[in-house]
Amino acid sequence: MKKHRLLTALAVVALIGLLGVFNLTFDSYKLRILNLCGIYIILGLSMNLINGFTGLFSLGHAGFMAVGAYVSALLTMSPELKDTVFYAVPIHPFVKAMSAPFPIALLLGGIAAGIVGGVIAAPILRLKDDYLAIATLGFSEIIRVVATNLQSITNGPLGLKGIDRVVNTGWSWGLAILTVYFIKKLMDGSYGKAILAIREDEIAAEAMGVNLFRHKMYSFIIGAFFAGIGGGLLAHMLGTIDPLMFRFILTFNILLIVVLGGIGSITGTVISACVVTSMMEVLRFLEGKMDFGFFQIQGIPGMRMVVFSALLMIVILWYPRGLMGTKEFNWDYILQRKYLNIFNKKKKKKTVSEEN
Amino acid sequence: MTILNVDNITMQFGGIKAVSDLKMEINEREIVGLIGPNGAGKTTAFNMITGVYKPTLGNVYFNDKNITGIKPHEITKLGIARTFQNIRLFKELSVLDNVLIANHLRLKSGIVASIVKTPNYKKEERHIYEKSLQLLEDVGLLDLINERADNLPYGKQRRLEIARALATEPKLLLLDEPAAGMNPQESLELMEFIREIRDKYEIAILMIEHHMQVIMGVCEKIYVLDYGITIAEGSPENIQNNPKVIEAYLGVD
Repeated sequence: MKKHRLLTALAVVALIGLLGVFNLTFDSYKLRILNLCGIYIILGLSMNLINGFTGLFSLGHAGFMAVGAYVSALLTMSPELKDTVFYAVPIHPFVKAMSAPFPIALLLGGIAAGIVGGVIAAPILRLKDDYLAIATLGFSEIIRVVATNLQSITNGPLGLKGIDRVVNTGWSWGLAILTVYFIKKLMDGSYGKAILAIREDEIAAEAMGVNLFRHKMYSFIIGAFFAGIGGGLLAHMLGTIDPLMFRFILTFNILLIVVLGGIGSITGTVISACVVTSMMEVLRFLEGKMDFGFFQIQGIPGMRMVVFSALLMIVILWYPRGLMGTKEFNWDYILQRKYLNIFNKKKKKKTVSEEN
Repeated sequence: MTILNVDNITMQFGGIKAVSDLKMEINEREIVGLIGPNGAGKTTAFNMITGVYKPTLGNVYFNDKNITGIKPHEITKLGIARTFQNIRLFKELSVLDNVLIANHLRLKSGIVASIVKTPNYKKEERHIYEKSLQLLEDVGLLDLINERADNLPYGKQRRLEIARALATEPKLLLLDEPAAGMNPQESLELMEFIREIRDKYEIAILMIEHHMQVIMGVCEKIYVLDYGITIAEGSPENIQNNPKVIEAYLGVD
């Protein structure tokens, strides 16, 4: 166990070193993708906690992110800036006055999202499966519509502009690593096991004394909290937010990450968050003009999503449970493999030398 | 001393009375059987005692406390554990995890303590771990703790389900057809096993069973249901010779 801990620590240090190198060598476009990867890891994990580990099919993520993004952005914007941004409808005096440094604003954004998540979850956790999905989707849309219409607080469809773009690699990846750590510790503990039991068999879990409502609430609130953190980070990376950002397509992108990586696997989510986010950018050329010599394609916006849909279908056909299923990264596995390889090679050499 | 007192409970689904006026008394450390033909309402009776259904009429008392209409997880916490007719293990989790989860209801630490791993939580976790290993040793599954639950052979899955129920520290254990699908040899072992756990954990056991050999061999008192009505109760000898029971099982000309 001690060896594993040392290896993990080394791996984290190596990762931080690698990120440092990226940070120095990448141009701003690549850095932005790198930061986006970190943010999507947080978002993917928060959704995986609700959908994958607890087995509640929730589609409310964009709503929780919107809450986190708006709360944290309104806290970091200066009163003068708010006055210039809110030119259509005057800003509510309280909203104008409130302010906090970025770390606290981010935390408060997450907490606000957690509270909204809890308030939504309390009545709709009676629902199951597709009914739960529809209800959460509906609530997510309600949050968006509220954000569009509460002009004195959110500036309505005009959105917020000029938010401090403070998110760098340290923030996005630092928080991503923290989130991985948090979720891992949660799932290793007794509460995490109880949450898994709910996914496996609700009736048996209840008969074994697991308070279904309470544990589902935990999962929902923690998931919404991290979604809010992700939303806050996104806002402070992009610098502008508006209600249209938080449409269902955003939830779908995160769901894509979770399903591709494996519903119920932290490792899978981390890998697929990076792969999907990078691919989204790499595949951008598909939407531009293409010349095949004998025929030409004018740019078709949305071609990337065609590729992603195809990818999703392929994964569902061959890996119905995602790339990792519910499996996790495990030092033992890697060490044993390596050990076996060396062992086999030695054996082969020996037999060869014996023949000689 | 009586630990479970079922006072005239009735369960009505629309126009059908699945169980009517069931009266039942179980004493400490007693093994009681509940038998009857298919559809007699045995599992419905279980579901009423464990809080899955709220009886239409009547009350259930456990240790003189009225538990009618209380949620299943609260009833488990009070000390009634159960197994299921169609095994309901946490299939994709390990054998050890299945038992660990059943200890969760006795955990005192909060969720934050479990994430930051406070010394108190660690202590509790270690205690739970050791207790679970002991339990798995008692039921003979110690060598399989890292196996996935659904990879176990059928008889061992039944044992695991009983171990899991015991982990909740019950005073009354409800077994729903523990011998279903077992061959005569396994059934004999099961009888022995049921007696063992009764003595070791000092619990009362109420079991539904169709294997007459098991029921007659191990139970001290038997209740017979037919179409929801209690047609007989008493010692195994009484039940065996009761004409009503024979009629219910075999029919008459």
